[in-house]
Amino acid sequence: MGAAAETSPVLPALAAPTRVSRRRVDKRLVAGATILGLLAIGAVIGPWLTPGDPIGIGDVMQTRLLSPFSRSVDGSLHLLGTDAFGRDVLGRLLLAARLSIGVGVAGSLLAAALGVMVGAVGAWAGGWVDRVLLALGDTLLAVPRLVLLLVIAALWGPGLPTVVTVLALTGWMGVARLVRAEVLGVRALPYVEAARALGVAPTRLLLRHVLPNALGSATVAVTLGVGSAIVLESGLSFLGLGIQPPSPSWGNMIAGGRDWLLTAPWIALAPGVALVLTVVGSTLIGDAIGAARGQSVKPPR
Amino acid sequence: MRRPLSRLSDALVLLWLVATLTFLLVRLAPGDPTTMLVAPDASAEVIGRQRVAFGLDGSLPAQYGRWLGAVLRGDLGMSLSRAQPVRTVIAEALPYSLWLGGMSLAGSVLFGVLVGGWQARRAGSRTDVTLTVLGTVVYAAPHFWLALGLVVLATTGASVLGLPAWARLPAFGAATPALELSGWAAFSDLLRHSVLPLLVLTLTGAAGIARYARASLAEAWGAPHVTTAVARGIAPSDVQRRYVLRNALAPIVVLVGLSLPGVVAGSVFVEQVFAWPGLGRTMLGAIASRDYPVVLGLTLLYAAVVISANLAADLVLLRLDPRRRT
Repeated sequence: MGAAAETSPVLPALAAPTRVSRRRVDKRLVAGATILGLLAIGAVIGPWLTPGDPIGIGDVMQTRLLSPFSRSVDGSLHLLGTDAFGRDVLGRLLLAARLSIGVGVAGSLLAAALGVMVGAVGAWAGGWVDRVLLALGDTLLAVPRLVLLLVIAALWGPGLPTVVTVLALTGWMGVARLVRAEVLGVRALPYVEAARALGVAPTRLLLRHVLPNALGSATVAVTLGVGSAIVLESGLSFLGLGIQPPSPSWGNMIAGGRDWLLTAPWIALAPGVALVLTVVGSTLIGDAIGAARGQSVKPPR
Repeated sequence: MRRPLSRLSDALVLLWLVATLTFLLVRLAPGDPTTMLVAPDASAEVIGRQRVAFGLDGSLPAQYGRWLGAVLRGDLGMSLSRAQPVRTVIAEALPYSLWLGGMSLAGSVLFGVLVGGWQARRAGSRTDVTLTVLGTVVYAAPHFWLALGLVVLATTGASVLGLPAWARLPAFGAATPALELSGWAAFSDLLRHSVLPLLVLTLTGAAGIARYARASLAEAWGAPHVTTAVARGIAPSDVQRRYVLRNALAPIVVLVGLSLPGVVAGSVFVEQVFAWPGLGRTMLGAIASRDYPVVLGLTLLYAAVVISANLAADLVLLRLDPRRRT
């Protein structure tokens, strides 16, 4: 990380505006934001524009398994076809986007908050508090995250609140490590010593002077974490341990389409494409932020 | 970095912490495994006997002590759903998962480093960007979705294309049922069954490794001493071997160590979709039937794999990079 070492942690706030205005905006950021923005707009307004009830089951025999771009008897257009219960796939897809993206964002934000708290407290307190928190993090990191998720979700009862909670409980360790390292680094800077000498109380010193400068690398981890949280949620829901039908999630939509792979492949195809797009979008944004902070190689020109 | 011996003792302490945490997670979960295993009208005496049989009697610390002592002696207990020792259940599934995991990890590292290295030398070119985009998309695709796609391709796809029987790949299980094969025939049958699961695991694994290999190799190519070496007229292949790879190898070794949990756990979905009789499918079955001893045993095994992979990565790093030996 040559570039990261050269930039002092205090400077980016001053240097950033000139860097942004001189360089062209990172294409990855534009692409990622466009993908996620369109999906978000679709998720908000989509379920009102698509025909029929995305959750309830109506006249099944009339409308089931219609292929994409076809019209049902009442003349309404099903852009992505209908599923085995005659529900519009696009409508369910966009309703699922609310849940899937919501769970992913909520889970990784909660995980990040937990990670910042644990990392900052550990670095700030030092001693046995730090050692206990480090050991707890290492313990959780030693079990594959998916295994932890499966065990907890299955034993403590599947459902929306469980999924968000376990995503948070199993996702904070990376952020905690980053924040701990940064707090330790920032704490040694002269301005912190100056603030301490001026009589700033320890808690205020941490919250106002140290943490704001120690959160940078965590933002990249959080952005990338949203993508993996969404994939994990979809995996749990695919296995029946996440969001429970009839509420649609991309994972349980794919599971529902599994029985119709050969006759109606669009049921499982569409939510998968939505998943890939979402994860690609958040990866692109994470990469762009990382590159702007000099955390990875320079973006390809 | 500390001495190998103290790292080893750290690893053992970590394994003990994982064991304790999983024990608590499973035992503090709502619901009593005993009441699910006896008849609804069982008398208190029968329930009590079952408790003793499953080691569920006494206080939580006492249960924990007994369980830990047994685990230390290598006894993981009896499976609740399949009257067999947990060790046997795991031993039956382990070879299948080792085979899939080992082959796909080797393939992922090979293709990932090759593609990433190829991209790093042309960083910024059109092919580099195309490969990066492609890799991001493959890496983003969930295993179970890719696997379902391959199932469709291998079944309907193959019959639509009119592929001959030998070119059609089985999409379920690890062996053709009701066929008593041995020797080479059995192995080629296993190979045919492995193609689709391996394809999913290797593609996604390679995409992930290529992403980081490209970054780390591109950084190594940009180092001043490499520029000097190139300027001195040393052949590019020599520069790559002597100056670039050696410096870029360390992060890749760490990455392989870190990607092992993904390899181990990622196969859960692949094994589920392709009905592969490995550890992942055993885990899902045990979770579904609330077979606590199997869940505990498998989680410990997964943790042991992760911890030893990290340990191995650390030790390899010590050898590769003299600066870490302080």
